[in-house]
Amino acid sequence: MGTLLTVEDVTVRFGGLVAVDHASFTVADGTITGLIGPNGAGKTTLFAVVSGFLAPQRGRIVFAGADVTREPVHVRARLGIARTFQIVQPFVGLSVRENIAVGAYLRHRDRAEALAEADRVARRVGLDRLLHLPASALTVAGRKRLELARALATRPRLLLLDEVLAGLNPSEIRDVLPVIRAIRDDGVTILMVEHVMQAVMSLCQHVHVLAQGRLIAQGTPTEIARDPRVVEAYLGQGAAQRLVSGASGHG
Amino acid sequence: MYSPEILFAALLNGVMTGAIYALIAVGLTLVYGVLHIINFAHGAILTAAMFAVYGLHAAWRVDPYLALLPLTVGFFVLGYAVQQLIIGPASRGDDGNILLITLGLAIIIENALLAVFRSDTRSVDVPYAFSVVEIGGLLFSLPRLLAVAVVIAVALLLWLFLAYSRTGVAIRAVAKEKIGAELCGIDVARIYAVTFGLGAACLAIAGSLLMPTYLVNPRVGNAFVLVAFTIVVLGGMGSVPGALLGGLFIGVVESFSGLFMGESLGQIGIFLIFILVLLVRPTGLFGAKA
Amino acid sequence: MSGASAYGSVLALAAGLGVLPVATESNVLLNFLVFMLIVSVAATGWNLLGGYGGQFSFGHAAFFGTGAYGMAILQERAGLNAWAALPIAIALGAAVGAFIGALAFRARLRGSYFALVTLAFAEVLRILANVLPITGGAAGILIRLRVDPWHFQFADQRVLYWVALGFLAGALLLVRAIERARFGAWLVAVRENEDAARALGVDALAVKIAAITLSAAITAAAGCLYAQKFLYLDAAIAYGPWISVEALLAPVIGGAGTVFGPVLGAVVLLGLGELTKAWIGDLTGGAVPGVDLVLFGVLLILCVAFAPRGIIGLLFRLRVWARWARS
Repeated sequence: MGTLLTVEDVTVRFGGLVAVDHASFTVADGTITGLIGPNGAGKTTLFAVVSGFLAPQRGRIVFAGADVTREPVHVRARLGIARTFQIVQPFVGLSVRENIAVGAYLRHRDRAEALAEADRVARRVGLDRLLHLPASALTVAGRKRLELARALATRPRLLLLDEVLAGLNPSEIRDVLPVIRAIRDDGVTILMVEHVMQAVMSLCQHVHVLAQGRLIAQGTPTEIARDPRVVEAYLGQGAAQRLVSGASGHG
Repeated sequence: MYSPEILFAALLNGVMTGAIYALIAVGLTLVYGVLHIINFAHGAILTAAMFAVYGLHAAWRVDPYLALLPLTVGFFVLGYAVQQLIIGPASRGDDGNILLITLGLAIIIENALLAVFRSDTRSVDVPYAFSVVEIGGLLFSLPRLLAVAVVIAVALLLWLFLAYSRTGVAIRAVAKEKIGAELCGIDVARIYAVTFGLGAACLAIAGSLLMPTYLVNPRVGNAFVLVAFTIVVLGGMGSVPGALLGGLFIGVVESFSGLFMGESLGQIGIFLIFILVLLVRPTGLFGAKA
Repeated sequence: MSGASAYGSVLALAAGLGVLPVATESNVLLNFLVFMLIVSVAATGWNLLGGYGGQFSFGHAAFFGTGAYGMAILQERAGLNAWAALPIAIALGAAVGAFIGALAFRARLRGSYFALVTLAFAEVLRILANVLPITGGAAGILIRLRVDPWHFQFADQRVLYWVALGFLAGALLLVRAIERARFGAWLVAVRENEDAARALGVDALAVKIAAITLSAAITAAAGCLYAQKFLYLDAAIAYGPWISVEALLAPVIGGAGTVFGPVLGAVVLLGLGELTKAWIGDLTGGAVPGVDLVLFGVLLILCVAFAPRGIIGLLFRLRVWARWARS
């Protein structure tokens, strides 16, 4: 399995605050890779760097063998990097179908083809019965799907999912998980930022953990769950110790 | 080329014009700082103020300086009402809407004045229009010297008001953090209206100071307002000290470019500065926070 | 709507307006109609950038005036034939648009800042036109009277009307085609949410610059028409705020971001304007300048407050209500 994305020694500072601190990791082709960490760890910032919305102070982004660090957002999209936004950004004045078609136009110049592609993508994410609604009429779950559909319509090789499950109820999450898996099975590599741990556990082959801007651990979901550094990053200094002693205490 | 005396006179001239520019710009920047809107009706309101001064003088021979106080109060109330009754409700808080509404207000005011007063240029006749005072061997126009003094006084009063009064503190709170201010129980809609009223009041003062030496016609505000925009952008949108300094600076620039390039090309100098600042540094030369 | 039927409504409107002059030979009315068509073309240009692209220009006079002066100067100073001057004048207008757009959009100006900078450019051009010898300075510039279709001057006002109508139909067809093309979808996406559009591979800067260039070209064409109709220009006419304001008001009142909004808006605005002027004139026994514009300003505010998508949006809402009431 080849490497599709390499993040190399990336550092981002906002004034005095170091949001991402010498972060390096890779994403293997054809996998679902998770990026987790407590709030404020720098996950969304790292996404912004990979998708091109933010220029890092140092480090580089290599995608499919080419250095894209200096490429603007739309060029990266053309190369095959698509993203969703944590706070959904629908084109509220347009219909669901038109929203998705904007993405589809990236690979189809012709209107009829772009609309047909939009219809196909809508079916894949389960929006096909809402195509003619205005985007503003969708529920939160619907908007998350729309976000996903638009990104998919650009035919990405790498899909960056920024908390697509946040704000959904358990049954809605259950509905979306197979959709994400099916996207991977179609050959799209996925890098996801996610707080819903059961989703990370069930979807990801590999997980990177970010805390205070630094990558502190990586491995399979089971390895990560056992890693004391990860537990500490989430629950605070000494938490792993307490958990272990607590567990032994209760037999 | 030019003797030092001429250059010095041009400098002082610029400072005196700049003081009035500064006052106009303070009104504009205050509204921007608090409401985050560019008030395109600012120039038209200034024209209205100048016509009000003219009207009071024409009808009852009210001296422009005497008109200053009642007009300031009157325009404050007017501005308050316009924000509370028209801009606020009609815009539903959308920036694009506010842009269009203030443009609509500008069109209405300017053309209503045109309908009533026609496009003739008018002036008030006061005996002191050409009076001069001598200070240290230099001659100063009395009305323009008075204008500088009043602008300084207004700037001080405004500063005291914003720094120490309850409403002033509330205005600054809304400017900094609207939602936070709202949560603290500040009536944001009222603060918006008060701020808009203050902006209009500044224009009433400027109008009273201008009329003894300037001419008025329904389009006169346009000339001032583009200058005021330039000053506000230059001084940093929303920064009151920036507007004061920027006003003086532009007054001097205009005075010198008028000297070197002639009247109408001198105006181009200002526009070029304006465009340049917008393109290069939209946060202003004096670096106000966006 | 698919294929040819998408353009049918534009052609139907053109045909409908085309037979109007058959019903009248009144020169007063024809003059008014030609003027209305000129404003409609200028407004259609504004609509492309403002309505579809969401970038509100307060300075479309910069393009209108460049088209108009281009037409006059190329004929009078360079001795070009009017029809040869026409595409050059339009290209000049487009170039001014591309220049302003490249500067303003590269500097990431939007909203009020963009409105301000367009206004400032129009004012700079107005002041320049008022002093430079090539534009005739404050005295203005006359296009020689040579009534001959070869010189784009017509003895019969109806012919000019049909030519102007042809311009409008062309502009509307162009807008309709853009609406149905990838470029149009991208332009609207940039209006709705620029970051989201960029993430989907849209080069927002290029799209906006292309939009202002096309928009400027259309409005410059309106300026060319104006020059050939009145054969006289000065700075206050060509680069004056009046055309910036009317090019903006017509689409906003008619329905910004719709093909026919600018035309409908121009008809309503200028029609109501004439009626008001006549009515107030009767009332006071003489023409009163500015009353029509006061009305326009009131309409603008009312539209923003109660009809966000202009008259067309209002009609659409009425239709929905009517359907709902019937069922």
